[in-house]
Amino acid sequence: MGKAKPRPGFESWGRYPKLQADVVPLHWTTDFPLAKAPAARQLPVGLGRSYGDVCLLENGTLLATPEMDRLLHFNEATGVLRCEAGASLKEILDFAMPRGFFLPVTPGTKYVTVGGAIANDIHGKNHHVAGTFGRHVLRFELARSDGSRVVCSPVENPEWFAATIGGMGLTGLMTWAEIRLRPIVSRLIDYRGVKFHGLAEFLDLSRTAASEYTVSWIDCLSTGKNFARGIFMQGDHAEIPGPLRRSREPKLTFPFDLPQLALNRYSVATFNAFYYHRQRGNEKTGPVDYEPFFYPLDAVLKWNRMYGKAGLLQFQCVLPREQDEHGVVEVLKAITASGLASFLAVIKVFGDVPSPGMMSFPAPGITLALDFPIRREASFDLLERLARITLEHGGRMYPAKDARMTPEQFQAFYPQWQEFARYVDPGFDSAFWQRVTGRRPLDD
Amino acid sequence: MTNSGAGTSPRRVLALGATSAIAEATLRLLAEQGANFVLVARSEPKLAAVRDDLLTRGATAAIGYVSDLNETESHAAMLAEATAALGGLDLALVAHGIQGDQAEAEREYAVAEAILRTNFLSAVSLIGWLANYFEAQRRGTIAVISSVAGDRGRKSNYVYGASKGGLNVFLDGVRNRVDRAGVNVLTIKPGFVATPMTAHLSRNALFAAPGQVARGIARAIEKRKDVVYVPGFWRWIMLIVRMIPEPVFKKMNL
Repeated sequence: MGKAKPRPGFESWGRYPKLQADVVPLHWTTDFPLAKAPAARQLPVGLGRSYGDVCLLENGTLLATPEMDRLLHFNEATGVLRCEAGASLKEILDFAMPRGFFLPVTPGTKYVTVGGAIANDIHGKNHHVAGTFGRHVLRFELARSDGSRVVCSPVENPEWFAATIGGMGLTGLMTWAEIRLRPIVSRLIDYRGVKFHGLAEFLDLSRTAASEYTVSWIDCLSTGKNFARGIFMQGDHAEIPGPLRRSREPKLTFPFDLPQLALNRYSVATFNAFYYHRQRGNEKTGPVDYEPFFYPLDAVLKWNRMYGKAGLLQFQCVLPREQDEHGVVEVLKAITASGLASFLAVIKVFGDVPSPGMMSFPAPGITLALDFPIRREASFDLLERLARITLEHGGRMYPAKDARMTPEQFQAFYPQWQEFARYVDPGFDSAFWQRVTGRRPLDD
Repeated sequence: MTNSGAGTSPRRVLALGATSAIAEATLRLLAEQGANFVLVARSEPKLAAVRDDLLTRGATAAIGYVSDLNETESHAAMLAEATAALGGLDLALVAHGIQGDQAEAEREYAVAEAILRTNFLSAVSLIGWLANYFEAQRRGTIAVISSVAGDRGRKSNYVYGASKGGLNVFLDGVRNRVDRAGVNVLTIKPGFVATPMTAHLSRNALFAAPGQVARGIARAIEKRKDVVYVPGFWRWIMLIVRMIPEPVFKKMNL
């Protein structure tokens, strides 16, 4: 017992790339700067739910924040919660739900930290009305590697506020943040699921739906008459007072890494057909619990093992509204043509609520997110093709879900990157930042 | 103020070493039940963070008290002040402790002495006062965070182990004395817990999260247990460790 070192590694959710780093847990906001200043560069990390390399730093020091999870103040009248940056959305939901509050914006997993949610300026199914997570952040404290600390808000150090929201953890360590929760009266969501056939129907549904939450699952394998079929899912917090209890802890953990070939075009096609036909009839309505509505995959911990040890690649782009379907059709055709399996494919129309972050990803238009198992050349080629289509159509890709874009692509997607670079903490770096600034080559 | 008996959660709680990760996780569970706290720890900013968290989670009140628990001469005054502030006491959680460096403790007596002073002698002083207090009031719970390391000496950390082993024997005696006064003494033996104290160890499958350990502790407090291993499987691991004959044990690398 009591064998010292080496420290455990740290993987992103996509488990690619695999980079060694020293992981130092921060338990208190005063633990930073570290007592023994590391020789290497540093990067704050949360629960590692970003897919690519924004949460990695080869031979660096990863400052693990999840133990900094204190809830420092809550105002029941205004819904404003101050918490340490390592508090997870799960912990906040456990706290807020019995008090009649919900997250202002939530991604598809509750296992992300507040710091991570701000650093990637995450979005959710209510983007078209609520904008990004950063819109609901009132203030936070940023600690820099030189030992200085600044409170940032839209009026205090606003340039640091803007640089840190969506700043991928590069501007310093966020110690605490204040976010505004929204009141609810029930756990339940009034749900409506409608099948669509093709993008025109999807866009029609998106235009006419008045719900707070909308998202669609889309079949990325079928061709011909089933091309771009899917299910448009919309929901609203129930207005009739209902249960507000805390969620039960998930009991299932994906037990092992599946062999790499388990996910292939046949198994995924079967899944897609099953998923599409599971909803009988064209339309289904009724109350559902918020857990399966927002977090269907959280029911099984470590579900990324399904993709095997090699991991998975994500792709998420947003294509501006003007050019509408053409770009999306091209992306979908490239994917169906490749035959690379992707059953977690999601499409949504973003709204025009501006993002507060200098580097925020969301913009008005259509966003498409999918994942692929890693099949070296084939997956990399496909991602390269998708990045090109995105660029041609004036769109951009999401750093939190990327492991492959080139410096040229990134700098075209985010022309403000040089302005942002001025705010990067000189002691901080990330594998993503090294890659997109041309300091780390892609391995082929 | 309601009194607590078996089956209800304690209302007036004194936490000694309140910023230890296991203590903090346990206090969170009690805060959700609306407990009233006096929190004692050495670091003011850490104490403030824990206090704010407990108040946010539902504590009725929480007072921070900055004190170095190695200073045994200040114990009586501090404990009297804390119990007065709470208007009585239902539960005392004794959670302060240090891991210490075994190799240094082998080289230098002062290092070994510091481990024994913090983990054993200061606890003897605090628990001694608390036992008298609870015995006079004829109810209450003293819950003490010890360690599985106190069950048998191993070469990798026997100074720490001895401090906890001594503590376990002391607690057995106190329990034997105050049980007849209706006072519960709980010896808590956590295995590996992922906390700053164990940050130097590589985290394997045996490591438990502080929250998981805390739920076991809260249950044991509620059920008025005597000794509890958390997580529970350590009871069986330590049973085996204790049963290994010494001629074999002394040759092992543990």
